[in-house]
Amino acid sequence: MIALLVALVVIPGAVGDLLNSAGMKRYGEITDWTPRGLLHLCRDLLHNSYILASIPAMAISFFAMMALLSATTLSFAVPITASSYILETALAKYWLKEHVDWRRWVGTTLVAIGIALLSF
Amino acid sequence: MKINLPTSLEPLSERALWRKHSLAGKTLLVSLIVIGTNVVANYALERGLRQIGVVESLSPAPYVRAFVHPWVAIGVIFMFAWLTTRLSLLSWADLTYVLPVTSFSYVISAVIGAVYLDEKVSVLHWLGISVITLGILLVVVTYPKTSGVESGS
Repeated sequence: MIALLVALVVIPGAVGDLLNSAGMKRYGEITDWTPRGLLHLCRDLLHNSYILASIPAMAISFFAMMALLSATTLSFAVPITASSYILETALAKYWLKEHVDWRRWVGTTLVAIGIALLSF
Repeated sequence: MKINLPTSLEPLSERALWRKHSLAGKTLLVSLIVIGTNVVANYALERGLRQIGVVESLSPAPYVRAFVHPWVAIGVIFMFAWLTTRLSLLSWADLTYVLPVTSFSYVISAVIGAVYLDEKVSVLHWLGISVITLGILLVVVTYPKTSGVESGS
C-alpha cells in the first residue's frame, strides 16, 4: 500500500511538473496578484492545454500525498517523494530543452541522495 | 531565426548585466516564498491529518471531508499559495533550477518535524540535510533561465 502511494505521488507528480513548466513558459509571467487578477489567471490557465493536462496528474499526486501523510510520518513521506528529481531533470533537458550543466546534475543528484538519507 | 547567445568573451552591457542580476535576485526571492508556503502547508496538513487519524482509501471522498478540519484547511490554503507562486516561478525559471532549489523545504520540514512534532533526527538525517544543502548551493549559483536569449551562468 505504501509503495503504491509513493508511486502515485512520484510519477504523476513528475509528469505534472513538466506540463506545468511547459504551460507557464507559454503563458508568461504572472504580474497581477490581486484576487481579480488571480481569477483571470485561473480562467486563462483553464484554456492552456499543458496546464489542463497537468491538473489530473497533480490531483492524483496530491491525494496520494495526503494518504501517504496520514499513513506515515512527515519525515518519511516528504523525502521519499524526491526520488523523481533525476527523472524530471533528464526529461526537462530533452523535452523542455533546458541547459543542464554539471552543477545542476551534481546538485540535483546530491539533493536526491540527501532526501533519501532523510528517509532512513 | 538564429539567436546569438552571450559568451564569456563578450562583455555584457551595464543594462544587460543589471537585468541578469535582477532576474537572478527575483528568482531567489520567489523561491524563498515557494519554500515557506510549502513548509507551512506540509506542517498544517501533517498536524491536521494526524488529528483526523489514518485514512486508507483510494476514493477522494474521505479526503474531501477532511478539508473542514482547521489545520487541513490552513494546509490547503497554503498549498494554493505554494502552487500559485511556484507556477509564477516556472513561467521564467528552468524546472531543473526550481526543483533542487525549492527542495530546501525538505530540510526545513525535517527540522520542524524534529522540533515541533517530536520526530527523531538521527546522524543520517543531519547528513542528509547537509548533502541537500550542498546540492542546492551548487545549483543556486547557476543562471535560472537557460531556455531563452538571456542564457548563461
